[in-house]
Amino acid sequence: MTDLPTSGRTPDDEPAAASTSTATSTPSSAPTSTPTSTPTATPPSAHDASRDRTSGASGGRRFSRRRKAADDDVALGEVILEVTDLKKHFPMHTSGIIRRAADPVKAVDGISFSVRKGETLGLVGESGCGKSTAGRTLLQLLQPTSGSIRYKGKDVTNADPKELRKLRNEMQMVFQDPYGSLNPRQTVGTIIAAPFHIQGIKPEGGIKAEVQRLMERVGLNPEHYNRFPHEFSGGQRQRIGIARAVALRPKVIVCDEPVSALDVSIQAQVVNLLEDLQDEFELTYVFVAHDLAVIRHISDRVAVMYLGKIMELATRDELYENPLHPYTQALLSAVPIPDPRRENKRERILLKGDLPSPINPPSGCVFHTRCPRYREDLSEAERTRCTTEVPVIQGEEDHRVACHFAGPPKVDVI
Amino acid sequence: MSTWASADPVSSGALLAVRDLKVTFPTEDGLVKAVDGLTFDLRAGETLGIVGESGSGKSVTSQAIMGLHRGSRAKVEGQIVFDGRDLLKIVDDDLRRMRGRDIAMIFQDPLSALHPYYTVGNQIVEAYRIHNDVSKAAARAHVIDMLDRVGIPNPQKRIDQYPHEFSGGMRQRAMIAMALVNSPRLIIADEPTTALDVTVQAQILNLLVDLQKEFGSSIIIITHDLGVVAELADNIMVMYGGKAVEGSSADEIFYEAEHPYTWGLLQSMPRIDAVKQARLQPIAGNPPSLINPPSGCAFHPRCAFRDDERLGCSSVVPRFEISDEHPTRCLIPQAERRAIFQTQIETRTA
Amino acid sequence: MFAYVVRRIFVGAIMLVVMSLVTYLLFFAAPSDPARFTCGKNCSPELIEQNRKALGYDKPVFVQYGQFLKGVFVGREFPDDPELKKSAPETIAECPAPCLGYSPLQSDTVSSLIATAAPVSISLALAAFILWMVLGISGGVIAALYKGRLIDRALVGSALIVYSFPTFFIGLSLYIFVAIKWQLTPIPVYTSISDGGIGPWLYGLFLPSLTLALIYIAGYIRLTRAFVLESMGEDYIRTARAKGLTQRRILGKHTMRAALTPIATVAGLDLGGLLAGAIITETVFNYNGLGKLAVQAATTYDLPTTVGIVIVAATFIITANIVVDVLYAVIDPRVKYS
Repeated sequence: MTDLPTSGRTPDDEPAAASTSTATSTPSSAPTSTPTSTPTATPPSAHDASRDRTSGASGGRRFSRRRKAADDDVALGEVILEVTDLKKHFPMHTSGIIRRAADPVKAVDGISFSVRKGETLGLVGESGCGKSTAGRTLLQLLQPTSGSIRYKGKDVTNADPKELRKLRNEMQMVFQDPYGSLNPRQTVGTIIAAPFHIQGIKPEGGIKAEVQRLMERVGLNPEHYNRFPHEFSGGQRQRIGIARAVALRPKVIVCDEPVSALDVSIQAQVVNLLEDLQDEFELTYVFVAHDLAVIRHISDRVAVMYLGKIMELATRDELYENPLHPYTQALLSAVPIPDPRRENKRERILLKGDLPSPINPPSGCVFHTRCPRYREDLSEAERTRCTTEVPVIQGEEDHRVACHFAGPPKVDVI
Repeated sequence: MSTWASADPVSSGALLAVRDLKVTFPTEDGLVKAVDGLTFDLRAGETLGIVGESGSGKSVTSQAIMGLHRGSRAKVEGQIVFDGRDLLKIVDDDLRRMRGRDIAMIFQDPLSALHPYYTVGNQIVEAYRIHNDVSKAAARAHVIDMLDRVGIPNPQKRIDQYPHEFSGGMRQRAMIAMALVNSPRLIIADEPTTALDVTVQAQILNLLVDLQKEFGSSIIIITHDLGVVAELADNIMVMYGGKAVEGSSADEIFYEAEHPYTWGLLQSMPRIDAVKQARLQPIAGNPPSLINPPSGCAFHPRCAFRDDERLGCSSVVPRFEISDEHPTRCLIPQAERRAIFQTQIETRTA
Repeated sequence: MFAYVVRRIFVGAIMLVVMSLVTYLLFFAAPSDPARFTCGKNCSPELIEQNRKALGYDKPVFVQYGQFLKGVFVGREFPDDPELKKSAPETIAECPAPCLGYSPLQSDTVSSLIATAAPVSISLALAAFILWMVLGISGGVIAALYKGRLIDRALVGSALIVYSFPTFFIGLSLYIFVAIKWQLTPIPVYTSISDGGIGPWLYGLFLPSLTLALIYIAGYIRLTRAFVLESMGEDYIRTARAKGLTQRRILGKHTMRAALTPIATVAGLDLGGLLAGAIITETVFNYNGLGKLAVQAATTYDLPTTVGIVIVAATFIITANIVVDVLYAVIDPRVKYS
């Protein structure tokens, strides 16, 4: 962990941080064993090896420390969170003298995916695609309209307040705006300690000591315990938000654009911190972002969303190397690459027009109004299919696409 | 290009020659040196990319060129020579007449940059008529034509709509139409695509490239995104703490970068085109204070290659030699820097 | 938009009914006897009983309220007694719609009392409104333009001082010094336009409306200054400068349009509140407006008049709210009611 970018930490701090985590998790001598019988399991090695970490320490630790398997616990690489046909519609009303319910805004409109313990699922898309709403609905910060969320195999979709509170122990959130999500009138210590007070948990050694350990772990100076959020820079504030999120040792963290407000050099610090914490605490991330480069860097699997639906869901390299959905292809081809020679050779797939309204999404495939393949490559009969039939997401387990005419792009997109 | 900038700004032949530009703001905590001695040339038809993080002084520079600091508490010193005239010396009204006509600006957030209570057409017509003695009807026809050229569909109808009735991408197109309505010789685009989605960004960048070819304007594009300048810029200047730290042709910044800060930027960026996602290498620490900048080289507290004993990084102020082809504000000898870049910096360029 | 207006008026009407009911209950269902206050000092038990009958106070309170509502819409008579009307029509007080009640103390219907007093208050409020809008806004703009300079500090400072003086102090000072001691203006007396024409009407209004306006001028200087400064810091003002517009045009077209919109809202509500009478100013200058009528009614336990004025005041405020909301959609194109 010597590569942690912040000041105030020396390698000597490491044992202290390590003992923090072992206080709540008993190291198991059992070697990593992943049951292969589960249909959704991917080989964890793919996940680990594909991320060529320069820091051997963190890469090695990822699977080395195991939590003692409790009854309801899930092994690394197994499904911890399963979402089926999740919908979140926001009600609207008509205009007129007497108001009636009108067509709702279909922010999230039937998405299904599973998240495996220890992995990062990237949720990517442009503004208005419903990715943030999906993240919030996942944590039931928003009440789902329909569909189910299963956590550790148990349906928690309509959990009562008591269950929900217990669930919050295990599922947390990191927000985008490091300015708006921290109460400016509370000290950093109070903010990070809040989860303990809310859940009525007394950590060993007292809350203050635990909070200071957390601050140190995320790269903040524990002496700044009594400072207020405005005394910190954007990157440091995001660290505060992260410390608060990991305080209760959650299993799952939904990160909603956690680095998009930060400068690139600071963004890298926070991304690295998130990766280190994931290794250390065996965290599972659902990482919501619009930045396709960050998503490629941090995710194991990626879901591309458009108008409330998942267009393509694949393992990270599959998605970036072999995108099959025309929207994914257009999205990837739009990202400028910091490499002028390569950039000059690239051919952009430009999307025409604007995002349609999520109140009246296009019929059939919601993307057909802007789809280059629909416009250029399809026969009249094929087009009719796009405008009338909603494509079902299907395909191999590691690469699923919601397109009637999925296929590789005509030009290299990256 | 043989040198970064010539010695004499007036005879340099550049459209815009900035010399030793300094912008300071008095605050309660002390004097903020937002821009501290900036020098560059921009030739007609060329695109200069200014890259930096928040607080690097890139936006302040653009506003200084537009003279937008006039009447504020900011103090602007140095020379900004546009077409042979020093913009810092001419009277307010002359400068005002040049704004929008010779130099136009595109801002980051088109929603807040457009007035919410006036139609898009009203605002663009106003920009046209302030510099051209034409009838309202003629101006309107011209503006409809401009809206059409920047790719706004149905411009006859769109011209009478308000900014909030436009999508983000359409709003930025309208901003571009407003900037181009007088065919300016210089366009300053300050983070023109930062607030936009990536597919819209691609549309807008494409549009800027096409329009530059058509209008022959010079462009200064200010951004934090190295990908954006890779696509647009001929030359790139990297700014850190109010100073230029490296200036070169666009290619060299990516393939022969010489400043440790530029290296840091290249290494801390996640890359969409990298098959192997190596751990990011952030730049340690935080951006420098603009009130009490670090002694010596402003970057030395965060620099992985500093060598106090041999080079005096914390005491000697490195220079930015404009007579160089690839000026770099660094005390490490050039040969060493090149060697470091070749051997130690993994920029992940293909 | 039309649907919105209809809905707002409908809701406003319901609010008025509820409010009148509450007011009615408060005054007439109180443990005290309303008939007791109908005849002042020369009350005898017989007179009280007679008035109780004549005014309908002998009936259950909801019946009374029903009669009150009937009076508002179709008018009523006091006492409501068909036989008496035949035998002695001269003892019956006619109260045509909209009838807000009958004041035995003033021997007049509340509606006619209000109708007499309202022009005074409305003239006063409108004159004050014009004064404070002109002086307050221009003062605020000047303060904003010269932010931090002497003139800004002088304006903001004196606004603060004026703001902290009570109205009766300002009114009395103006009255005593300006009108009486220095004789700069005639002694202010209200003269209606029909009596003396526009000149005397304006003359009479000057000092009272200035008294009333001063505190608003002070408030609006600060308000305008804040809104103008906020607007000047907006990105679209930077855009306007980058276009090469003149300072005058930027201020006149771009800054003021944005700054005046919220001021219009506040001003509408303030005016609505004032139309029902400026109690202190009218008392100081002895103007027989609604404010003074209200004070009189309250001090003499004239319950019908008090209720009537409360209802009229509430109507003004509710109407002002609706007007301001509708106006907002007209001046801000982003606001769309549905």
